[in-house]
Amino acid sequence: MPQLTMVEALNLALGESMAADDRVCVMGEDVGINGGVFRVTKGLLDRFGPERVIDTPLAENAIVGTAVGMAVYGLKPVAEIQFSGFTMQAFDQIEQNMARYRNRTRHRYPISMVMRAPYGGGIRAVEHHSESREAYWAHTPGLKVVIPSGPRNARALLAAAIADPDPVIFYEPKAVYRAFREEVSEEPEVMEIGKAHVVRLGGDLTLIGYGAMMRPVLEAADDLVEEHGVDVEVIDLLSIKPMDTPALVESVSKTGRCVIVHEGPRTCGVAAEIIARLNEYAFEYLLAPIRRVTGFDIHFPFFQVEKHYLPDSDSIVAAVKETMSWR
Amino acid sequence: MSPRSATSNSAASRTHPVRIESRADGSIDLGSIEVIRVLDEQGDVVNADLDPSLSDSDLLRIYRGMVRSRRLDLRMLAMQRQGEMGTFAPGLGQEATQIGQVYPMTSRDWYAPSYRSIGAQVWRGWSMDQLLLLWAGYFEGFGIPEGVNDLPFSIVIGAHVPVATGVAMGIRNRKDDGVVVTNFGDGASSQGIVAESFNFAAVYKAPIIFIVESNGWAISTPIEKQCGNPVLAARGVGFGLPAVRVDGNDVLGMIAACSRAIDHARSGRGPYLVEAVTYRMSLHTTADDPKVYRKDEEVKAWEAKCPIRRFENYLKARDVLDDEAIARIGEEIEQEVLAARETFRKRAVPRPKEIFDFVYEQLPADLQGQKAEYLERLKRKSVE
Repeated sequence: MPQLTMVEALNLALGESMAADDRVCVMGEDVGINGGVFRVTKGLLDRFGPERVIDTPLAENAIVGTAVGMAVYGLKPVAEIQFSGFTMQAFDQIEQNMARYRNRTRHRYPISMVMRAPYGGGIRAVEHHSESREAYWAHTPGLKVVIPSGPRNARALLAAAIADPDPVIFYEPKAVYRAFREEVSEEPEVMEIGKAHVVRLGGDLTLIGYGAMMRPVLEAADDLVEEHGVDVEVIDLLSIKPMDTPALVESVSKTGRCVIVHEGPRTCGVAAEIIARLNEYAFEYLLAPIRRVTGFDIHFPFFQVEKHYLPDSDSIVAAVKETMSWR
Repeated sequence: MSPRSATSNSAASRTHPVRIESRADGSIDLGSIEVIRVLDEQGDVVNADLDPSLSDSDLLRIYRGMVRSRRLDLRMLAMQRQGEMGTFAPGLGQEATQIGQVYPMTSRDWYAPSYRSIGAQVWRGWSMDQLLLLWAGYFEGFGIPEGVNDLPFSIVIGAHVPVATGVAMGIRNRKDDGVVVTNFGDGASSQGIVAESFNFAAVYKAPIIFIVESNGWAISTPIEKQCGNPVLAARGVGFGLPAVRVDGNDVLGMIAACSRAIDHARSGRGPYLVEAVTYRMSLHTTADDPKVYRKDEEVKAWEAKCPIRRFENYLKARDVLDDEAIARIGEEIEQEVLAARETFRKRAVPRPKEIFDFVYEQLPADLQGQKAEYLERLKRKSVE
């Protein structure tokens, strides 16, 4: 069983999907001979050739727009945007065409494509390289939005995203790209989109996170269990849209308390949506107000101070303790 | 050169040098752009070499297509004023540009029109009653007819152009035949995504024909205020696209230019840019009042260049058409349009229950809940 980083696992999934289906092609800036700026597409050009590993001109909006056209033609493009901050250039084509084409054409032209982009802070990057704007895409009808948290689920979720008949925004936590290795199976693995994973069982409080935040979340959970006697249940959301409401409701109905963690800005963020759903479906079980540990409603700070901005295990532990002692 | 000169110059003119004023030293010669015109404003042949030499039956088919476009436009305008039609964008005056771009296409080619393309869509196989449904706000009007290889238009200006380019990249990628023809206006030429699409098409030698219908106005903005260089065919040089400028009110000129462009793309030599110089005779949309921003004299001057009358003169001179036939064809097509209106009225039934049914292949669980809530809302109001 190979031990892979997330970058290697994503590369594995791309290669497996391309080998299994010759309609799958990869496109983006520097994805060919360079293997992508993070090397996620490394080696694919040699294996599959320039017709299927397509270096594009430097224009994010046209990368997404032409990928939509290629999907109309029956191909399955996986478009890479180098950093999620640059997906703003492509907002036009994501919103106007990628998300709407199936509906506009009444199923005549479904858009089975993936837009991949590394997101999030923590790698000492320049401006526009650390954003977490997944909430934008969750707000757009027609899209699916998924975010893996480790090598194994990254590989399985990317395979699912490529196979999906609808357009998927695939955000990759670049702080996790090479942070650790994980065992992945020899055989291709596919995960169902729209399912959250309970990664730790507990009875006192539900701690919900996703993407790069799963590391401080799990660190906090260890600390809470071992040092503070709080038996937390941990959920890795994995799919922002569709959201696995039943899994969240089931857990919070059991624990009665909940803390949600994400690095994107707080207002109208993913946590706000989760709270709204728990309010609708688990209100009678709640023992305390639901807390959010999130990025603030400010621009992502320059990297010398980013570690103070990003939620960490200390801030999560503090929020959990306050929630536990609320009365 | 004046942006409108392709149609106002004398027939003798065949090419125009393209000079772009440079701040430093006066001008840079970028070579010349061919200007194509077969029929002058009176319908006389001024360039027999470029005459596509069509059969009488094809000429009549083209004529009917142009008349159908106009009659449908006028009927829709009347229906809109009577409250039966939503806001729409009339193509009045652009009939030659429209029919000339689709005539050389085959059914396996892909057409990606802008929203001001009703006549061309009918030519491609959309029924008129369906287009009436579309512009009257019925979602089923958007369904692309079986066997028609068309893309939907985009209301966001120019947003359809990269998708058309992507289809052409797919054709190239799969080494299939077939070409893509897409059109957009002079206003769309200012959109960054249109320029990005030119570049992608040129880099990948994608088989796509970009037709810029330079109709003089983007709502109230004249082309002089839209484009630093209003000779839009000149953009071809910068992007590596072969380009021609056509008298867009000369349907034979349009067919000559578009046939050449399509042959070029079909033979694997990549994209082509066709600038059709025409004029938006009517409103931007039915929500617009052009009297606010343009002079009647300008519109009157363009009435004299009417693409349909010009073509009629040519067909009369060839003994393909006479006044009696013109009247008869006009009446026949009017009856077609009225019949389409009747079909439209029978089909015009809103389907409020289906609004969730086309968003995803399978409705995700959380949306199923929203759909149930919505259906409950309809039930309370006894809406079927």
